[in-house]
Amino acid sequence: MLVTINGKQFEAEAGQTILQVARKHGIYIPSLCYHEKVGAAGKCRVCVVEVEGMRGLQTSCSVVVREGMTVSTRTEKAIQAQKLVVDLLLSSGTHDCLACAQNGKCELQDAAYYLDIEHPTLVFADMEPHCDESSEFIKVDHNKCISCGRCVAACQKTVTNDVLDFGYRGANTEIVFDDGKKMGDSTCVQCGECVQICPVGALTEKSVKGKARYWETERVKSVCPYCGVGCSMEIHVDRKLNKIVRVNGVESSPVNEGMLCVKGRFGYDFVDHPERLTTPLIRNDDGSFRKASWDEALDLVSTRLTEIKTKHGPDKIMGMSSAKVTNEENYTFQKFMRTVIGTNNVDHCARL
Amino acid sequence: MAGLAATFGSGAMTNDIAGMTKSDVALIIGSDTSEAHPVISARLKRATKDGMKLIVIDPKKIKMADYADIYACQRPGTDVAVLNGIMHLIIKNGWEDKEFIEERVEGYEALKAEVEKFTPEYVEQISGIPAKTLEQIAEMYGRAPTGALYYAMGITQHTTGVDNVKSTANLQMLCGNMGKVGGGVNPLRGQSNVQGACDMGALPVVYTAYQAVTNADVKDKYEKFWGCSLNAANGLPMTVAIDKAYEGEMKAFYVMGENPMISDPDLHHAEEAFKKLEFLVVQDIFLTETAKLAHVVLPASTWPEKLGTFTNTERKVQLLEKAVDAPGEAKDDWVIHQMLANKMGQKWDYNSADDIFSEIARCTPSYAGMTYNRLRQAGLHWPCPTVEHPGTPVLHIGRFTRGKGMMFAIPFKAPAEVPDAEYPIYLTTGRVLQQFHTGTMSRKSKGLNNLAGPSVMVSVEDAEAMGVSNSQMVRVTTRRGSIVTKAFVTKRMPKGTAYVPFHFAEAPANVLTNNALDPVAKIPEYKVCACKLEKA
Repeated sequence: MLVTINGKQFEAEAGQTILQVARKHGIYIPSLCYHEKVGAAGKCRVCVVEVEGMRGLQTSCSVVVREGMTVSTRTEKAIQAQKLVVDLLLSSGTHDCLACAQNGKCELQDAAYYLDIEHPTLVFADMEPHCDESSEFIKVDHNKCISCGRCVAACQKTVTNDVLDFGYRGANTEIVFDDGKKMGDSTCVQCGECVQICPVGALTEKSVKGKARYWETERVKSVCPYCGVGCSMEIHVDRKLNKIVRVNGVESSPVNEGMLCVKGRFGYDFVDHPERLTTPLIRNDDGSFRKASWDEALDLVSTRLTEIKTKHGPDKIMGMSSAKVTNEENYTFQKFMRTVIGTNNVDHCARL
Repeated sequence: MAGLAATFGSGAMTNDIAGMTKSDVALIIGSDTSEAHPVISARLKRATKDGMKLIVIDPKKIKMADYADIYACQRPGTDVAVLNGIMHLIIKNGWEDKEFIEERVEGYEALKAEVEKFTPEYVEQISGIPAKTLEQIAEMYGRAPTGALYYAMGITQHTTGVDNVKSTANLQMLCGNMGKVGGGVNPLRGQSNVQGACDMGALPVVYTAYQAVTNADVKDKYEKFWGCSLNAANGLPMTVAIDKAYEGEMKAFYVMGENPMISDPDLHHAEEAFKKLEFLVVQDIFLTETAKLAHVVLPASTWPEKLGTFTNTERKVQLLEKAVDAPGEAKDDWVIHQMLANKMGQKWDYNSADDIFSEIARCTPSYAGMTYNRLRQAGLHWPCPTVEHPGTPVLHIGRFTRGKGMMFAIPFKAPAEVPDAEYPIYLTTGRVLQQFHTGTMSRKSKGLNNLAGPSVMVSVEDAEAMGVSNSQMVRVTTRRGSIVTKAFVTKRMPKGTAYVPFHFAEAPANVLTNNALDPVAKIPEYKVCACKLEKA
């Protein structure tokens, strides 16, 4: 079907909302509580637009398009309403972007920029800091929370861990863990789905603080090195420092739909750990190791394996391959054992 | 994998992850899904909220049991009896899929005769599952249009591992749950590329794609392909090779990216075995417990430092791009293989992982249609025989790889070691969410270590009997060894069964476990042995 948005006609599919059609065609409508994964919540009222023939403003995240619908996202009335909501949200929290880990990927920041809000109209006295840093990997800053509910929906409906919810009432409403525990004391398994779906800086990875900003990192697609599920992940890399800054799940992956677990999202310290092996090592007679060049080490391996093969036969040599290295490396390993050593003694720890 | 290969002709998870929410009922037996495969558990938990029924059978009352319609606690090592009991009831009530059995299965009559004696009362005697509960399970599972079965090492790490696997396959064929979306026999694989390592022929009896080394035609093909003569005899599985090393029969081991000094059963035995070798080369990212025994240690790159592919539990091949540079002089494993091969007189000439993958596609029928260009767009499920083929998310639609599916009559056999007066408690082992396998990767994370350290999970009753409360130290002793670790007293454990996670070098579960092997798959019985618990 055809719908008109801001005077231009676009192709749309039945069942799509105005926001979905607009996004698909690159038209920005500020929105906060909607995320494609958890669907429309219709809570934040930032995405309001005018629709011909409908009274009042409509939330574009929840109104489904109809043939011939005419939508305006930038009328004075719509912009004024969008602005009012964003302005009030900015007033009622501590949205200081300078030291915020979400800077550059914050949907509230984007909305404020689009709506040209430099300072909130209402300025309250400084708020008491209200952070929860009890969790090992995740920081909660309640003063940055806009109560959009995306994290609550994700925890309950996507990863189905049922930890996050809204607690308290009215102006005191905030996200709570279990029945109001500190995050670190709750049953939270720290999968980090809430961090990935949070539109603002309320839920962030503790480890990213002070590291490269979103726009400074390169995104590299990879697969989690832990269990066999094979979650697709996007590694954010600081090229200058040769370091991983953060890891996100790939939302479009049919394997994990953006989800990761605590190991996949946070467990990469081993990569640049100081104990990593950086040179070949050869054992001394007293049992200690000395550093060696590749040439020396491989000469020794080549000589000893050849001696043993000649003296005892190839079947006295065993190769243990690995379920943690790539297909290519398993292939070259078994090829080495079969063609160079001459044995089928090759296995890995599938059973262990 | 041997069990499924005999049954269906192909030893891998039959269905895909995306289809997991499409079942009417799911049965989880021998998989602590939310600990070991958390993202799959999320899908299954979500499906239960959308109306899917869930049955969990596990000695430990795992987290998934909280989402289950029926939870049953069996004694460790009694899975064959339980599954035979379910099948007994399904046949007795006429809930089996007669059409499917008629058209697609052989061996039904023998199976039927075998399960005849597994009445709910008999199964209760063996497994401890109340007859009533077994009846409820059989009815829920047997009457559902489509049921999926999930298992992990809780089924395979037994002296009857192959029997257990064949029994799961029997049940799925009996109910006609094979070859359709939302069904299948689904072994959840525990390591990022364990499926790929098998596919690539890192096994003693097969080349890539399970082509037998003892098949003369296959050997001939590979001799031409690689341009050399090849050994026609099956090689040794790792567990057997370690035994032979212990006896002084093996002379050298080349170990890449594995840490058998933590993962092997009966570690004292393994250490002796490694020390007897004339030459040990270890290629890894850290000086692991195994590397410390090596004569030469070679530094390798790790996951984000290289280009390559992993094949996940659902047979999907996915590409990993290189994100960061490896430290110091560490090199990709394939680069090391090539350097060593060329030192030993070969002329290998791979310029990148892509070159190797092209070679793999040429000799591996199930990967023949895959290229890096295709994988950059999206992952592909094998078999993918041609470049036009979209991949195969669900196996055995219309026909099993081997033609007809084979049902096996499986008698019940007790585990190799069961509790007695001296060692009165069942000991079982497994994973916790926050750690991984031998800990080479996860234990280098301060955060993960803060979340999960060594412990023994014991029941409230057993803790009270020894006068121990949470976090007090307990000595766990078996005929093979002894460890002292913190007690985690929990209602999730039944009286008479203790659980030790195996990740921790300082309290290694595998000092305790039994190295009795399955006669076919040569997998050790990590999931059952007998122990005693004492306050330490």
